[in-house]
Formats: sequence, C-alpha cells, structure tokens
Amino acid sequence: MATALRPSIEDVWNWLSHVPDPEIPIISVTDLGIIRDVAWDREALVVTVTPTYSGCPATAVINQDIERALKEKGIENVRLERRLSPAWTTDWISAEGREKLGNYGIAAPIDGTTAESTLMERIAGLAGGAPLTVQCPRCNSGRTEKISQFGSTPCKASYRCRDCLEPFDYFKCI
Amino acid sequence: MAQTIAMEAAVDRAALFEFLLGMGDNTLVLGHRLSEWCGHAPALEEDIALANTALDLIGQTQLWLGLAGEVEGNGRNADELAFLRDAREFRNLLLAERPNGDYGRTLMRQFLFDAWHYLALKGLRASSDPRIAAIAEKTSKEVAYHLERSRDLVIRLGDGTAESHARMKKALDELWSYTGEMFVNEAHDAALAAAGLAPEPESLKPEWNTLVAETLCAATLGKPQDGYMHRGGKRGLHTEHLGYVLAEMQFLQRAYPGASW
Repeated sequence: MATALRPSIEDVWNWLSHVPDPEIPIISVTDLGIIRDVAWDREALVVTVTPTYSGCPATAVINQDIERALKEKGIENVRLERRLSPAWTTDWISAEGREKLGNYGIAAPIDGTTAESTLMERIAGLAGGAPLTVQCPRCNSGRTEKISQFGSTPCKASYRCRDCLEPFDYFKCI
Repeated sequence: MAQTIAMEAAVDRAALFEFLLGMGDNTLVLGHRLSEWCGHAPALEEDIALANTALDLIGQTQLWLGLAGEVEGNGRNADELAFLRDAREFRNLLLAERPNGDYGRTLMRQFLFDAWHYLALKGLRASSDPRIAAIAEKTSKEVAYHLERSRDLVIRLGDGTAESHARMKKALDELWSYTGEMFVNEAHDAALAAAGLAPEPESLKPEWNTLVAETLCAATLGKPQDGYMHRGGKRGLHTEHLGYVLAEMQFLQRAYPGASW
C-alpha cells in the first residue's frame, strides 16, 4: 500500500534538481553534483549528500532546503546522510551547471587543474608554472589575472579581466 | 563496520582518541588564530583569503573532533570538545598557537604548517580506518589549496623588497624552533602506525624537508640549521599563548553553558 504511493526515485531526482544552492541560487544542488544517492530504506527516503568544502556554512541550509522541498512533495520521512568519500570535486558540476554559472558571471572550473593535481609537479619543477587561462565570463577574453585565490564564498577565487576590466569570480577547483 | 570495531579493539582506543584530538586541535587553534585577522588584514583580498582558510580549518575541526568524540564513546560532540576542555587537554602543535605577529609571520607559520599538514593528510588517506581515510581524502584537497597559496606568498615576500625579505627572514628564524615537534613520535604513535591507522610523525620529515627547502630557496631565505626544538603541545604542555586563545574562544559556552542560537 505504502509502496504503491511512493514517488519514484526519478521523480525525487527531478524535484531535487529544482532545489537551488543557497549561495549561488542559479544552480541547483544536482547541478553542483553534491547529491550522491537517493534511495528508499523501508518507509524513509534516504538522500546522501556530500559537502563541497568542510567548512561551507551553506551545508546546513542545503540540508534544510532539501528536507523542505521533499516535505512539500508529501514525503514526511526524509533522512539525510553525509558521505565524505569519494570527496566532492568541481569536476562533478554538470554541463548545464557550468553554462548557468557562466551566464551568471562566474567562470566555471577548468577540469584537471585542482591544486592537488598540479601542486607536487610544480614544486618538483616538472610541469612548469604556467598559469591557468581563465576566460572572462563577460567578454570572453583570455587576458585575465588572478587577484586572490579566495573570493566572496569558500568555493570561489577572485579574477579580473584585463580587457573589459571587470572583476569576476572563478569557481575554484578542488 | 565490523572491520572498524575490530581495529579499535586492537589499538588502544585512548591512543586513537589522542591522535584525533591532535588533528582537530591543530585546525581549531590555527583556524582561530587566522580568524583574528578578520577585518585587520593589509588588503581586502588577503582578509578574505585568511578568513576562508580559517573557515576550512574550522570545518575540518568539526570532522576530526566529531570522530574523536565518537571514538571516545562518552557522548561528547565536537562542540563540547572544542569549548569545554582546558589547555592541558589540548593536543595541538605549539606552532599553531604562536601569536600572529605581523603579516609575514602569519604567512610563514601558515606555510610551515601547511607543508606538514598536507603530507600528514596524504599519509592518512591510506589509513586502515575508513573514517580517518575519508576525512583525509576530503581535507587534503583543501589543504593542497592552502599550501599552494602560502608557498606562493612566502616566495613572493621572501624574494620581494628589502623590507619584506627582512620580515620573512625574521619570521622564519622565530618559528623554526617550533617545527621539530611535528616529527617527534609520542608514546602512542608506534602503535597507531603498526595498526596502519596513521603514519609515524618522523616518517614525514624527509619529504617536508625537501618541500620546505625548495620553497625557502626560491624565496631567497634559505633553510635554517636545526637547533633546539620546542615540544610539549602534543602532550598538553602548552605555551602561555594558548590560554588566551581559549579564554576568547570558550568564554560564551563557559559563561552561558549550552547557549545556542
């Protein structure tokens, strides 16, 4: 009986794709790639979430938003589980999410350029110190420079375009 | 799960608890130190960068102290461990509690710590305890980012103006005697290493030496000779500075127990 009334897992994923990230509301929690699993455990819907950054203050708000969105769809028994491993990486941000970020004025992360993947090579002098080319999300110029490795939220760095002179955020890679 | 329980039985639970406190207390105390710069850093971008690094470290503290409380099994959570222990119960390195000094000293302290922190976490990713391995996997990515930044700034300021070079040199000389403690094996470290839970502290030294020497050379500062090394933090024997950190950090929970908002 209860089983027959259960929404399908596909429906739940679809609902979650409308839950915005509290700090960058143009992208959803599914665009971010932080929803790792959705499954029924008897009467409870278990949503497995991985944090972006250990100290991200939005984590608690994200959990509340997920719970609220599912309750609005009539699911009373929701259990949120945290999964640390495999650790979240910006590579998991969806293609759609990257496009939305660009339109919003935030340069999307460039795959394969995490500090971790380049650090040791650079220290050993193997890969050289070639800086990243981050494209300006406003005028698409490649003539940009890093102002600071950190930005307005834990997930972003600050850049400036040397052509249109606009400062912009770059989604930092981890 | 059964595997985890078997492992805990093999290794003294108290030893594992001490080790986890050490990881969490390092990030807690250094995170607090960095947050002291909030609103005071020499440039807005630096202010934001330090606050963000502090935020990462406090987030990591919640993971380490959360697990410490779980291993201890007395129902203490991360908040209780952070706010309701006294200085003698803290297991952080003395380096983490060194006062900020000028901006150069803060950055030098950060670089010396980040280099150790990154290598320690890299080793812990292979921990036989999947909970420790998962935290190390998560946090080492953030710490690689910290190290990239602190290394870059140490090089730029060391190889900068006469003034910035002199300040970085002074910072390095002041802090060097606090680096030896990172590699000192304490009583429980051999048992933890034998169980595959954590690498022995002294095993991290060769790689740290290489990394630090390379950076200090690029910064035109040179690596100091090892001399007398302070120690005691990992056993709860701290400098007078930790008490002031705790007084500020713990005041609210001590004055108004259980306060929340």
